[in-house]
Amino acid sequence: MATVKFDNATRVYPGATRPSVDKLNIDIADGEFLVLVGPSGCGKSTSLRMLAGLEEVNGGKIWIGDRDVTNLSPKDRDVAMVFQNYALYPHMTVADNMGFALKIAGVNKSEIDTRVKEAAKILDLTQYLERKPKALSGGQRQRVAMGRAIVRSPQVFLMDEPLSNLDAKLRVQTRTQIASLQRRLGVTTVYVTHDQVEAMTMGDRIALLKDGLLQQCATPREMYDRPANLFVAGFIGSPAMNLVGVPVTGDGEVKFGSHRLPVDRAALASAGKDVVVGVRPEDVEVTSNNDGMALTVELVEELGADAYVHAVPKESGMKMYGEEEGISKPFVARVDGRRVPQKGETIYVYPSSEHLHVFNAETGVRLG
Amino acid sequence: MTTAIQPGTGTPAEDPQILKVSKEGEASGKASWAVKIGLSVLCFLWLMPVLGLLINSFRSRDAQFSSGWWSIIKNPFDSTVWTLNNYTQVLGDNASGTNMGKAFINSFIVTVPATVIPILIAAFAAYAFTFMEWRGRDIMFIIIVALLVVPNQVALVPLLKLYGTLGMNNTFAAVWLAHIGFGMPLAVYILRNYMAGLPKAVIESAKIDGASHFTTFWKLIIPMSTPALASFAIFQFLWVWNDLLVALIFLGRGDNTILTVALQGLQGQTGQGRELIPAAGFVTIIVPILVFLSLQRFFIRGMTSGAVKG
Repeated sequence: MATVKFDNATRVYPGATRPSVDKLNIDIADGEFLVLVGPSGCGKSTSLRMLAGLEEVNGGKIWIGDRDVTNLSPKDRDVAMVFQNYALYPHMTVADNMGFALKIAGVNKSEIDTRVKEAAKILDLTQYLERKPKALSGGQRQRVAMGRAIVRSPQVFLMDEPLSNLDAKLRVQTRTQIASLQRRLGVTTVYVTHDQVEAMTMGDRIALLKDGLLQQCATPREMYDRPANLFVAGFIGSPAMNLVGVPVTGDGEVKFGSHRLPVDRAALASAGKDVVVGVRPEDVEVTSNNDGMALTVELVEELGADAYVHAVPKESGMKMYGEEEGISKPFVARVDGRRVPQKGETIYVYPSSEHLHVFNAETGVRLG
Repeated sequence: MTTAIQPGTGTPAEDPQILKVSKEGEASGKASWAVKIGLSVLCFLWLMPVLGLLINSFRSRDAQFSSGWWSIIKNPFDSTVWTLNNYTQVLGDNASGTNMGKAFINSFIVTVPATVIPILIAAFAAYAFTFMEWRGRDIMFIIIVALLVVPNQVALVPLLKLYGTLGMNNTFAAVWLAHIGFGMPLAVYILRNYMAGLPKAVIESAKIDGASHFTTFWKLIIPMSTPALASFAIFQFLWVWNDLLVALIFLGRGDNTILTVALQGLQGQTGQGRELIPAAGFVTIIVPILVFLSLQRFFIRGMTSGAVKG
């Protein structure tokens, strides 16, 4: 068990002009579950592979515990990895798959046997130990891949989208199993996923990457409540946060339709004439009085207890942030499932003041 | 092979055998009668000469020269026609001085190392070409593949001269080296293409598990490449066994002579011992036939193994 530290770690692929991972700095505490998340091509897998030693580090350093592992080969790093496609050895039985690393390390047979059996028991694989991977289901294969990592009792677990090949139901089940298993074993874990729900539910902390740059690294709660910039705000949360470009009135307020929102003066000072206001669907106040932004209801998603109202702005002056030419992005509001507006109805919305997010329209950085 | 690592989405493959059988049954059920008859005719035409050879090899000299092999249909149990004499003569010393029994053993002495050694070297090379990073790797591979188009005959005279200076002519080592060299480009090519199709994550996983290149090669790559290895082994074995040219040039006739050369020698003598040719021919082809019949499963699968992931 150990801490992990990315210290300005950089990876530039040969022939590429832009680094795939650009000066990544993350400190991971002993026993922590850190999730690397981001859209595809953001460098999250590359970061993980750099930590595993499968990818060269072109700049900066990587530490595991107090060892500088930047230039060590994978086998000297004492890490175990679970791959997206599990990478099981097809010609070996489950037991041999799990014991392979120990066998190479020269651990004696009876010791390997006990450790494999122990891991198999934890993962409910005992009855499959003599089977070959091709005779297992996807979920069982996934568990074998986990078992292979557990058996080694490494300093760090590395997981590269281990759930993406499972069907939706199994994914949710396995998600909880992995998270609770990690808490039980207390092994520092770095977990890569593109699914923000997985990131939110599993991680002690989340590191969100985009284009090789770290956007924010914080607890799920913090990420949700105080996103550092527009990208984080839009990525975390489902349905996504509503981002609306609104004008600044000058006296410490921004105009949200006809509703005026008080914002910290000092924060606004650095912004231009416009800011982007972010509001999560559950933090929207919906009224039928003429107060706030006027919207036309387009679609109502009934979920039973709640309903999500998708609506488009009535006035052309209001602009949904990130809206592209011709494709309108709806404003989403969560309402009580028993009192839903009708399609085509006009509603007025404004953000409740305690959960207001304001971003600089140019830089995208959070204000205040 | 590779299906084992591919993600399964739901139910375990409880009995893959059943699936396979039903698939094959379905495929053969689609063949129409016309296709079946056409194929039967083809098979019959192809088998006819072999059948004639087999029958004649058991007939006496007089019978062979006085009538065609098909005449036995009229009178199949005429004991004056049948004899094992041809085989006993062919396999022992005979008037023509050709000992096929000894040549049979020589053929094995030539073929087995000339099959095993190139596969071993080519497997090592293919591993290096696929999984190791080194300067000039692609250029080296292109050169090796380019050698596939160079006809072997080009090398015969230079090799003969070289062996002459080294005093290696008419030794087994001379044919081994020639066959190893001639078979190598194809072997490297087939094996590398197969290995390139193996999932990269498996090799990376082995790296993290602490496996050296040597361990990865023997414990993972070799078992996972069995189809490609087997198919190339069969090709090379048959090619070397049936080879006449290389053996004739580098081994010649004499104590070290092999089956094909000995068979050709029998044919050369005018009249005398001509009745032995069918028997000798059968001794020569029996091994390829057995190899093919017992390993045809690999043979067919292996033809495509380089091109498409099996």
